[in-house]
Amino acid sequence: MPLVAARNLTKTYISGDIEVKAIRGVDFTIEPASFVSFVGPSGSGKSTLLNMIGCLDPPSSGSLEVVGQDVTSLSARDSARFRGDHIGFIFQDFNLIPVLTVFENIEYPLQMVQNWPVEQRQHRVQELLAAVGMEGQGNKRPSQISGGQKQRVAVARALASKAKLILADEPTANLDRVTAFKIIDLMKKMRDEFGTSFVFSTHDPKVVENAEIIYTLEDGKILQ
Amino acid sequence: MLNIIKMAARNLRRYLRRTLLTSALITMGVVSVLLFVSVSGSFKAMMVGQITDSMLGHLQIHGKGYLSSMDNLPMNMNLTGKQVTKVQEILDSNKAVESYSMRIKFGAMFSNYNETTNIRLNAVDPEQELKTVPLLADRILEGEKEGLLLPGEILIPELIAKGMKVAIGDSVVLVATNKDGSVNGQPFTVRGILEGISGPGGRDGYVGLADARSLLRMEEQEISEIAIRLTNPDQMKGVFGQLESALGEFKNKKDKPVFEIHTWEKISPFFNIAQMIDLMTFFIKIMLVAIVLVSIMNVMIMAVYERINEIGTIAAIGTGPGKILALFLTEGLLLGLLGTAIGVSISLIAIMTMNATQISFDFGRQQGLLLAPTIGAGDVITISIIVIGIAVLGSLQPAWKASRMDPIEALRHV
Repeated sequence: MPLVAARNLTKTYISGDIEVKAIRGVDFTIEPASFVSFVGPSGSGKSTLLNMIGCLDPPSSGSLEVVGQDVTSLSARDSARFRGDHIGFIFQDFNLIPVLTVFENIEYPLQMVQNWPVEQRQHRVQELLAAVGMEGQGNKRPSQISGGQKQRVAVARALASKAKLILADEPTANLDRVTAFKIIDLMKKMRDEFGTSFVFSTHDPKVVENAEIIYTLEDGKILQ
Repeated sequence: MLNIIKMAARNLRRYLRRTLLTSALITMGVVSVLLFVSVSGSFKAMMVGQITDSMLGHLQIHGKGYLSSMDNLPMNMNLTGKQVTKVQEILDSNKAVESYSMRIKFGAMFSNYNETTNIRLNAVDPEQELKTVPLLADRILEGEKEGLLLPGEILIPELIAKGMKVAIGDSVVLVATNKDGSVNGQPFTVRGILEGISGPGGRDGYVGLADARSLLRMEEQEISEIAIRLTNPDQMKGVFGQLESALGEFKNKKDKPVFEIHTWEKISPFFNIAQMIDLMTFFIKIMLVAIVLVSIMNVMIMAVYERINEIGTIAAIGTGPGKILALFLTEGLLLGLLGTAIGVSISLIAIMTMNATQISFDFGRQQGLLLAPTIGAGDVITISIIVIGIAVLGSLQPAWKASRMDPIEALRHV
């Protein structure tokens, strides 16, 4: 069974009298433990598609199943719960909470979303810190680590709740070439280690050349 | 919920400057109100004490209708000997009554042999009067305070002493009309000069009961007024109810009540001033509420605005709207608790310090009055609950806004 299945998916934004069709009837599937990239120029609909898969934005029409559940009409509360249970996020700007330490950032979804007991949380965070190569850095604040390290922490946070699907919006856009490759290698390693699917939106060739499945978007449609 | 509290506490710790600023504002508000309440309460208690302990007592019993005719000092409305005995039985059986003093109130002509003027007088048993209104002796500006009065002596109000140029030891004559209409005169020696105070009876002179009966040619033990001192003034309303009920059983031939009883509040105009002090305290409390509300709302609105991106992130990774709402409300609650705890501590220390240093002040002619601020646990608890409640209320709108934020819009915010 595919992890994500979209059929004739559309998204239309209405601003006053203007109607903007961001996604125009796309079909695709994403299998478990895959490394998928949505590529295309700015405004092609990559982020919109990721937002819909991530239950941050509901589709206008069509069907969308994620982890076997129809997510087209979830309420705000149910969407949040679904994201917390099944989806991890990696952002272009890392989006670590500045007042929390590295350890606390990774711990956040376990503490505030999934209510894990303290000991299990600590064990899981230590495990992830080791997995992303950030051992001994847990007490640092985001402002005290480099961009590459921040993205490693973001990967660890996305993996913390054992999500089967991680959505990464332009994850290497703010990283230099060497660091970007290291992050991609890390994500692949995590995919192999935890069986997690990584889905990217990107126009970065570094990411594209490492993707196993590539969907190219243009004007809200998948070309291939 | 514990996780939300921990997270809220951690956020407050990490956003330290904002936390300190807000809690300082709350602290200032709490300290201002508690100190104002305690100091104004001290003034009020002192003024009430002056009135009840130097003149009125806590409760007064008269014949029915006497109080409304009090300006005329009507002799024909005095309590008879039998009635007085009944009242005495009731008062003696009530343990809340510490003492009581029988008074005959009457008007007379006061002469220094050169001039004559009107004087209002209280005839009292000195021993009972001092037990009932112990601060009366402190009102004696000149003359012997010990024992208050001896037979043949009179305490005269300061205004008459000055106006008639009468000094301690001078001989004066009182001429009074009794209730039968006959006139009698009697010489007295001036024992002391009394400070006048505001309120009914505040400018009256004092003579002994036996002297008054002789002057007024009273054959029966008539009494105009019985002033009562209670062991605990805080029980005044309760004791008033008990005595009113007991006295209410006595009816005249027309089945009308024989007695009337009043609290000092009903008799003294100062009660209105006391109520104004309470009203001022109430408005100060409202100002505190406004300060706390505005400061908390301001800080929480800024907190939400500064943390839009953070809110978007936590919403995206699965924190539900309810938890975001609870998180910000808890931050407001903790800010309220922190500010209130510090404010209450500072206030209590300040009150203790003021009491320990024995700050004295002059009020009118009274010198060296001690400032003795006190605050009741009830006031502290009420003010604390109001402040903490307002802190939560002030966080409500920003917290609601945060919880309803669209994660995508919030994530785009720079």
